[in-house]
Amino acid sequence: MSEEQRAEKFLELFNKGKEFTEELLRENQRLRYRLAALETESVAPEEVQRLREQISQLTEENRRIQQRFREVEEENKDFANRYIEIEEQNNNLANLYVASYQLHSTLDFREVIQIVQEIIINLVGAEAFAILLLDEKTNELKAIAYEGEDVMPGVDAISTRLGEGVLGTVAKTGESYYVNQDVEGGAITIDKPLAAVPLKIKEHVIGLIVIYKLLQQKDSFSAVDYELFSLLAAHAATAIFSSKLYSQSERKLNTIQSFLDLLTTTS
Amino acid sequence: MENANFLVVEDSPTMRQLISFSLKRFKNAKIIEAVDGVDALKKLSGPDKIDLILTDINMPVMDGLKLVSLVRQNSQLRNIPIIIITTEGAEEDRERGLALGANAYISKPIQSSHLIKTISELLSV
Repeated sequence: MSEEQRAEKFLELFNKGKEFTEELLRENQRLRYRLAALETESVAPEEVQRLREQISQLTEENRRIQQRFREVEEENKDFANRYIEIEEQNNNLANLYVASYQLHSTLDFREVIQIVQEIIINLVGAEAFAILLLDEKTNELKAIAYEGEDVMPGVDAISTRLGEGVLGTVAKTGESYYVNQDVEGGAITIDKPLAAVPLKIKEHVIGLIVIYKLLQQKDSFSAVDYELFSLLAAHAATAIFSSKLYSQSERKLNTIQSFLDLLTTTS
Repeated sequence: MENANFLVVEDSPTMRQLISFSLKRFKNAKIIEAVDGVDALKKLSGPDKIDLILTDINMPVMDGLKLVSLVRQNSQLRNIPIIIITTEGAEEDRERGLALGANAYISKPIQSSHLIKTISELLSV
């Protein structure tokens, strides 16, 4: 290679190096501009502070909303529970209303007894029970109506004296008797029923409702059952008593009418 | 469901009144009462179109199971939903009632809310 050729080659390399250097300088300049632009674009410290405060406020608001959400959820649960309670109360009131209405819907003694039986079967849910009336002349309690003699033999022929055994004691004291099967256990017998409720007119006991067995689908007495027993204790007693009086007065009226008819025919 | 016609088939006046009481929760409900299966069939052939039947099982003259069976055999009545309400709580009683064509089976003592829910589901209220 001649001196001239080597010089051209060197010049060529030099020019390439120059171009490369100029290229680097331009890139550098471009990056400088970009950096400057970025520095200009970057958020001012007060803006950062403002944004931080905003984030803090939003976080707090989010926390408050979540708290309120939890509270509303709790309120909803309360409302749901309250709704169920009110539904239960409605149901109980309907039972009590219907029982009371039906008990005073007739003056026929057999019908009144039939209604008491219906209430015990359908509203209380008893499978075996008896209605006893007190004979005040003999002080004896006797079954006048019953149900479930197949599951509680002897329920059809209950007869006990006032003050004797559980039934006689309930009739004498006027205090209801309930067995808590979960606590007391033991076998249910004719003289140890699930419940014995006195039929009372004020403090005067005229008879008893005695429950021996509940329906298969019913495990135990519910709150409304005790309300029904209280209602039956008073309302069934007055209904039974007034229907007895009515039938007695009807009989007397018939007798007097027959007597008057006889008198008018003979005179 | 508004303006629904319910047929309550029960021999016990106490239960008829209690069920009717619950049905009054449905706006403008018309409640038709029957004392046994035969009486129910008469009411079903009457002028009122019945939307749902609620029937007891143990009744004189014609029991509730026979009624369910006859309603399901009748081409004009077979689509009426039927709820059995009874003291019979055994599983085999329930299965028997449902097998005959009842849509639901409720054991006594009834809970008004349960009855309303069952009716609402059957009538898609």
